[in-house]
Amino acid sequence: MMPVTMLSRRGALAGAGGLLLAAVLPHRAARGAMRIVEDQAGPFAPNAFVRIATDGTVTLILPNVEMGQGIYTGEAMLIAEELAVGLDQIQIEAAPPGDPYITKELGTQATGGSTSTIATWTGLRQAGAAARTLLIQAAAARWSVAPETCQAGAGTVRHMDSGRSLTYGEVAADAAQLSVPANPVPLRDPATFHLIGKSQHRLDSPAKVAGTATFGIDVQVPGMLVGTVAACPVLGGTLKHVDADAARKVPGVRDVLTIGNAVCVVGDHFWAARKGLGALSITWDEGVNAAVTTATIYRQLHDALEGPAIVAHTKGDARAVVAGATTRVEATYQQPLLAHAPMEPINCTVQVTPQRCDIWVGSQVPLRARDAAAEITGLAKDQVHVHNQYIGGGFGRRLEHEYVIQAVQFARQVSYPLKIVWTREEDLTLDRFRPAYVDRLVGGLDRHGNLVGIEHRIVGPAVVARWAPEALLPNGMDDDLLVATAETPYAIPATRLEYARREAPGVVTAWWRGVGGTRGVFVVESFIDELAAQAGADPVAFRRKMTGDNPRARAVLDLAAEKANWGTPLPPHVGRGVALQYVFGSYLATVMEVEVSETGGVRVRRAIVAVDCGRVVNPDQVVSQIEGGLIFGLSAALYNEVTLSGGRVQEDNFHSYRILRMNESPMIDVHLIDSTEDPGGIGETGTAAAAAALANAMAAASGRRYRTLPLTGRQA
Amino acid sequence: MSARAESRRGVMRRTVYLSLAAVAALGAGARGARAADADLVARGEYLERAADCEVCHTRPGGTPFAGGRAFVLPGIGTIYSPNITPDRETGIGTYSDAQFVSAVQRGVAPGWKHLYPVMPYPSYARMTVDDVRAIRAYLDTLRPVHAPAPANEVRFPYSFRPVMIAWNLINLPSAALADDPGQSADWNRGRYLVEAAGHCAECHSPRNIMQATSRAHSYAGTVTDGWRAYNISPDPDSGIGAWSDTQLAAYLSSGHAEGHGTAAGPMADVVSHSLRYLTARDIAAMVTYLRTLPARRSDETVANITPDALATGANSSNGSRLFAGACAGCHLTNGQGRQVEVADLWGARSLGETQGPNLTKLMVEGSRLDTAQGAMIMPAFGPEYRDQDLADIANYAIGHFSHRIGHVTARDVATERGDAPPS
Amino acid sequence: MLTLQVNGVAHQVDVPDDMPLLWVLRDVLGMPGTKFGCGIAECGACTVHVDGKPVRSCSLPASLVAGRPVTTIEGLAGDMVGESVQQAWMDIDVVQCGYCQTGQIMSAVALLKSNPHPTDDDIDQAMSGNICRCGTYRRIRAAIRNAAGVA
Repeated sequence: MMPVTMLSRRGALAGAGGLLLAAVLPHRAARGAMRIVEDQAGPFAPNAFVRIATDGTVTLILPNVEMGQGIYTGEAMLIAEELAVGLDQIQIEAAPPGDPYITKELGTQATGGSTSTIATWTGLRQAGAAARTLLIQAAAARWSVAPETCQAGAGTVRHMDSGRSLTYGEVAADAAQLSVPANPVPLRDPATFHLIGKSQHRLDSPAKVAGTATFGIDVQVPGMLVGTVAACPVLGGTLKHVDADAARKVPGVRDVLTIGNAVCVVGDHFWAARKGLGALSITWDEGVNAAVTTATIYRQLHDALEGPAIVAHTKGDARAVVAGATTRVEATYQQPLLAHAPMEPINCTVQVTPQRCDIWVGSQVPLRARDAAAEITGLAKDQVHVHNQYIGGGFGRRLEHEYVIQAVQFARQVSYPLKIVWTREEDLTLDRFRPAYVDRLVGGLDRHGNLVGIEHRIVGPAVVARWAPEALLPNGMDDDLLVATAETPYAIPATRLEYARREAPGVVTAWWRGVGGTRGVFVVESFIDELAAQAGADPVAFRRKMTGDNPRARAVLDLAAEKANWGTPLPPHVGRGVALQYVFGSYLATVMEVEVSETGGVRVRRAIVAVDCGRVVNPDQVVSQIEGGLIFGLSAALYNEVTLSGGRVQEDNFHSYRILRMNESPMIDVHLIDSTEDPGGIGETGTAAAAAALANAMAAASGRRYRTLPLTGRQA
Repeated sequence: MSARAESRRGVMRRTVYLSLAAVAALGAGARGARAADADLVARGEYLERAADCEVCHTRPGGTPFAGGRAFVLPGIGTIYSPNITPDRETGIGTYSDAQFVSAVQRGVAPGWKHLYPVMPYPSYARMTVDDVRAIRAYLDTLRPVHAPAPANEVRFPYSFRPVMIAWNLINLPSAALADDPGQSADWNRGRYLVEAAGHCAECHSPRNIMQATSRAHSYAGTVTDGWRAYNISPDPDSGIGAWSDTQLAAYLSSGHAEGHGTAAGPMADVVSHSLRYLTARDIAAMVTYLRTLPARRSDETVANITPDALATGANSSNGSRLFAGACAGCHLTNGQGRQVEVADLWGARSLGETQGPNLTKLMVEGSRLDTAQGAMIMPAFGPEYRDQDLADIANYAIGHFSHRIGHVTARDVATERGDAPPS
Repeated sequence: MLTLQVNGVAHQVDVPDDMPLLWVLRDVLGMPGTKFGCGIAECGACTVHVDGKPVRSCSLPASLVAGRPVTTIEGLAGDMVGESVQQAWMDIDVVQCGYCQTGQIMSAVALLKSNPHPTDDDIDQAMSGNICRCGTYRRIRAAIRNAAGVA
């Protein structure tokens, strides 16, 4: 067995007791900014993010979890830049649950909403700078010279006059005795950055291409058994009866466990558990949602286009302006429920003893997972240890922790460590879904074809009301829905945004890659295209005119149009579409070139994206996120719709929840604009751009508008 | 296709044997004495497999033999198979042996209730009474399940059950098959399995105007339950004349033969629940007999293409792209199958049919074949694939693997999906 | 008792006949580099080589490969094509979440072994059975071209 976690030292130790190490580290780091000296030669740990051992090992503890977005590399670069170490000199660890790792933008320790770089841009550099300052002080004291005469680089302090040098390891013990500076130390002038702004190879690439990276599903704990679960397929339903006689006779099956709404079959290996699950005869009490269909959900949304609503945002008197406009344009858009469908199915490994609870899981919310486990087990929070692992695709799914709760509820019934792995079918049908929404927009054009005002009503659930109720605005607005709707790149004279909240029956709605940006950009940018068409204007020119006071928006628009040869002739049935957006603090302009066949087949030929995301930490990873985000968004926009019948989700594997394949994916060119603005988020921006650019291109190719997602597929 | 968990049935089998042992141990009561006749029960179980009672008498996802499967007969109505577990109220627990034999062989259940010939009693009439009784003995060992069958929904005049008396007079064979002394024992055994227990003609022979299986066109193939049951007469172009004995035997016993593809739909059910349990000798006997049927020429002919004739190089059609993404994971782009041999498509008759009826149905409904290595599943394509996408895949596959021009349309797919009336 | 030849090493395993190779590798032999994605050969995450050909181990009963050479991602070390593909993957940072990538790499290695200079269409044909939810397709294609020396 190759028992390897994400980093070399852990990997080397894991065979002999890596799990022990993993269990010890959180305890240490959780003490946060205190200095920790375990023994005489103990490590230097001036804050929650840096630890240097006397043997020279530099460990960076990264607050956000790696799920593909390259954040381990990016955050390591931020610390390493100021700490003055090379990326080849460090090892990285996933932060345990703990206050120092809370993302204040999200109100908890969470990785999501494209906030990681924005949130850590200053703090992690300061952590590195503080550590460097102490290391230099310690070396200077050893030599009895002034710290100002010393410099740090590549994990070594040098006395410039004498040429003497000491490695960080050699001064770590001394540095550990020094007081951490009370005030933040000055940060490097960006002009002198060694790492930041220059593409660095991902630190996780070697392990991931070798197959040695440990994802949650790969965790091995001595004595562990494997379980798989069937939960009531109807939300809110409960387990009425289970006949497990046949399951217990399946070779390799060890246990059949139940909780209120689910059954878990435990076996020596997944296959035994899976077979056992198939042999169960389960009767559910399906409860109140047993008759829910997708039509029920859409009907409720469309009904709320009329009637009372929250006025979420206004500028000017849009009602009067639109009513008095020369031309009025109205359009209603519908978007479906979506599943996350990450490649790594939901899993969680738990061991509960009277003294402690260990959880090995890939989580975007480890603190919540810890607190929930403490509540279930009755253990104190510091007796619960969450060992965060690589996530095989998050996309918002792991911002939920109900699967951790489920796993703890099962694992507390048994004495052995229990790894629970959901089947793909369970993963898809028991997902928590991106909500369905209906939006209606009414816009007014003056006699010159200028946009004078927009009235916009959003109907749909407020995800934030469940996920972080305290963050719901006092007027009842979910501020995620303001993204790309209240905040646009355009100067529009009058706008009015209304929100009618309608929670969907039969499903739990949740965050999904791009969240408000994905839903908002589609409707607003589709509508801007419709207005341009009504005004007889070129879609790029129409947008450009409205970016008057926004040079960053105009710059990306111009660059994308230029790189895409906007305006040049295209073959028959091919069209170009554009989308311009400001979401997650970043500007994107996307031009897509799409062919629509006479039978309605869609082929995306090219996508050209111009990006201004402020200062860039790792440029190649920005490009990578845009490429991947677009593909993710294209799968959804072209194909995906979660449907319910009899309260049950119908899409249960990739033949019914279709994912874009390599031979369907377009060429993608990403162009970054140099910027010295603070960093914006990037992980979700490509996804947010996809549907609008695609729908506008399809409209250009086919001459008809597309207002309902998905754009193809049987339901379209 | 994929290996899946052992079927519920396999588990149930063991339960049966366990309860059998328990009953035998008790050794008391008339039923116990009967059930304890292990040889009779074992023979009955084998014959039940050969006669394939379970498939029709099990509702999809339901308890085996508890009935409730719906049979939609166009123009006639919907008929539900009854519960044949020994439940006294809703099953056959109170039937005498004579009543059981009458139901199975004459289509007359207790109370002069005439069955509809969805139940293949005209074939079973040619079994021996002893064999039918053995099946009864086996069914008696099953766990009784309380499961009333839904009421049939049958139109007049068919709803008037005595109509069946006249029908039976004309169409029902009067006796079991007698061995033909001019033929080998193998041939006679094969005939018994094909014509009587196996009731192959019920699907593979066209029906005449009275809905009885046609003698004039026996085994020439027809459409049953929406699937084309292929011509299994020895005609070399339309039937199985060009198949080797090995291929025929492999297909019958495993659902797959190299060069002839894999059984799907109802034939996969037959292999899964019936044929794969038959002895090699019985399978060989069936082959012997099938060879001697009259050759019947029919519309569809078999495409004889080999992998060597495959056009190389990718093709940029929508069907080709979709096949590479959604199908090649199991079938490979050259169709030779990736993981398991049942995914080998070469020579599949469904791919030689230019209108693609079975191919379309297969993509819309999916299929399951049980094998010694677990269940092999062809998943059903969901609505995220457009009707035109499935038509494109079908036409690509027909062209690619059979070198014929496919004529499957989006409307054909929509019809199969229940979204459009037949064109 | 089955004998499996995995990466040149013989393993005796006592598993049911219908147990897919994937679970034998992951849960019995402790080789988790081969991933579970869909369980029905639709995503390619579990791709390994049997007799040098790329197969979906989630849908391949282990009993069918007894005695035949199986190569997993863990067995690419020392393999010239395997290592060049892995290097090409690192050179242009293909991976994002990385979960599907071991399967992608196994498909790519099999492609290059049977077709050392594939065209883009050949690459698309061979690789479109492998889903990447992070959308790294463009880079996978580029990495295969680089590994083939035909970029």
